Amino acid sequence: MPPARRSASRSTPTAGVPWDRAELAPIVLIRGTEGLLGDRAVSRLARLAREAASADGSAELEVTTVEAAQYEGGRLAVITSPSLFAEPQHVEILGFESMTDACATDVLAYLADPAPDVTLVLRHGGGVRGKKVLDALVAAKVALVACDPVPDRDKPGFVSAEFSRARRKIAPEGVAALVDAVGSDLRELAAAAQQLISDTTGVVTDQEVDRYYGGRVEATGFKVADAAVAGDVAGALVLVRHAMASGTPPVPLVAALALKLRTMAKVAASRGRDHGADVLKGLAPWQVDRARRDLQGWTPEGLATAIMATAAADAEVKGESRSPEFAVERAVRRIVAARS
Amino acid sequence: MTSVWDDVVGQPDAVAVLRRAVTDPSSMTHAWLVTGPPGSGRSVAARAFAAALVAGDGGRWTSEVADNARARVMRGTHPDVHVVATDKTVITVAEVRDLVTIAQRTPGEAPWRVIVVEDADRIVERSANALLKAIEEPPPRTVWILCAPSEQDVITTIRSRCRHVTLRVPPADAVADLLVRRHGIDRDDALVAARAAQSHIGLATSLALNAEARARRDRVLEIASRVRGVGDAVIAAGELVEVATAQASASMAERDAVEKAALLRSLGADNAEGGKTLPANVRTQIRQLEDDQKRRGKRAVVDGLDRAMTDLLSFYRDVLAVQVGSDVDLVNAAQVADVRAVAAASDPQQTLRRTEAIATARTRLAGNVAPLLAVEAMTVALRPQG
Repeated sequence: MPPARRSASRSTPTAGVPWDRAELAPIVLIRGTEGLLGDRAVSRLARLAREAASADGSAELEVTTVEAAQYEGGRLAVITSPSLFAEPQHVEILGFESMTDACATDVLAYLADPAPDVTLVLRHGGGVRGKKVLDALVAAKVALVACDPVPDRDKPGFVSAEFSRARRKIAPEGVAALVDAVGSDLRELAAAAQQLISDTTGVVTDQEVDRYYGGRVEATGFKVADAAVAGDVAGALVLVRHAMASGTPPVPLVAALALKLRTMAKVAASRGRDHGADVLKGLAPWQVDRARRDLQGWTPEGLATAIMATAAADAEVKGESRSPEFAVERAVRRIVAARS
Repeated sequence: MTSVWDDVVGQPDAVAVLRRAVTDPSSMTHAWLVTGPPGSGRSVAARAFAAALVAGDGGRWTSEVADNARARVMRGTHPDVHVVATDKTVITVAEVRDLVTIAQRTPGEAPWRVIVVEDADRIVERSANALLKAIEEPPPRTVWILCAPSEQDVITTIRSRCRHVTLRVPPADAVADLLVRRHGIDRDDALVAARAAQSHIGLATSLALNAEARARRDRVLEIASRVRGVGDAVIAAGELVEVATAQASASMAERDAVEKAALLRSLGADNAEGGKTLPANVRTQIRQLEDDQKRRGKRAVVDGLDRAMTDLLSFYRDVLAVQVGSDVDLVNAAQVADVRAVAAASDPQQTLRRTEAIATARTRLAGNVAPLLAVEAMTVALRPQG
């Protein structure tokens, strides 16, 4: 039961339908920070527009893509003005979050007077830039598509949906193994799912996932700290090596160890104290629960040794030692040894 | 009768040398280097010497004109006394060249033209080279007075051209006398403050006059007896860092705002109000200023923690003094009970290990270790151990 921690949780979800239910409309606004879903929504709308044009039997659809950052004044009017052959037009403005001022002005003008036979797709990748235009668009009730980041707890559902869209099945263990292996980046997760779909037949099991993505773990400082305070020296060292090999610098690894030990010491101190709750101010309930479980097998003396070892390691990774990697590994070993 | 030397506290030897130089022309020379630990009153001594050269030291010359001249020197407004003080890290070549020009001028009303450089340790080598000739052979009526924490801080070529005057750490009694005379504080309180500040005159003044500073120091020293276990240690470390951060941001906030307003004004953007956004190039400059200020704020936090650690060191120094039965005066006279309790509960080896832990933490802070983590490791090492 992992609580919703470390996932990119957003305060309020963006309004709009998900990408796979996006439908054509004179103006469609795609908002949200998840790039993969945004790209998919844009290409889905382009496909729908093509299909609609060919079903119509009218002239060929003309698709124009504009980068909002390079937009020059008047461009939108040029593109959308009716042509001699009355072709339907599909206009995509990408990177709307870094739009030029001219782009904002022209889109606002277009909103007041949209052209017939034109579908305009705006892709805004999050952020506050262009808020005025966005508010105007929302107020004008244009079609909205939301592409919020997928939280960790929804990633298994995302994988299952990928397979069912390709009319394939994946076992629940397979889903869990895949999310564990490549789950941090949605693009990577989708690519891995695509590869499994095209390279395998039948129901995908965790053995098959393991054959393709076995041995890959996502190592973060927090996972290293979890393994170290749990007394798993081998697991923690594998994670340390893995994290550093995949580009995590030693300093945040040590910071994660320090944070973990600090929380544990505070939770231990809150027991049997008059103002125990004051001590835990600023800690989330799941952190406290987690620290309570972590504290099993720890003595105060052990914690003291572990904290001092971590401080020494921090000094070492910041220049006191010639081998920061070794300093982190030694700190992990010392922390495990301090656990009785 | 007041004398210019009154404010030079607890330095009879140095004052004797300087007085003789004022009264006896054969003892006078053209370049002086005043050294002494922080808080010993280097710049005060330099100004007093300058005043004595300009208008006598108040012993024999008592005319109103002389009094007036001395007062102007102490305030830094006398035309023949030029004082250089900087809050930058180095004194640049351009500034030094200005000094060289000033040194060539004949004094206007006084017998001497005096140039006081308060931070001679910040003269880098390139600037020093521009200064060498002027210091070695100034015009007959020009005197240089340089101040630095120690002789080693001044570049050799400058050092060898000056006559040295060394200030010592003033005795706590003398500092207390100064506090009584200057601020009219009760003599006992003044002595406690002087001891607690370890004779640093500026710190002693702030401890004696500012109840908040006193309370802050007491709170730091409480750590030594309050921390009973690892949990306490981590909590105390958190508080210590929090207080240092709050103090730093309080003292910086006003200055930061003034600097930002000045920058906006010089960029001509100070009337952009009502949510009007600034142009991108102005924003970059503002961001750069804010980054610098953040760096300075961080530095202030580390300085505050370092001061707290020095206070803790003085506490364990007292503990050790009690443990080995030495009869020196305690630095922390107000915390005698705590000192004795800690001394009874531990042995000298432990005390030394603790002072070592504090020293390690100070080194680590200077080495950019996360302040909270460094302080935690220190407070953990201070907890009572069996």
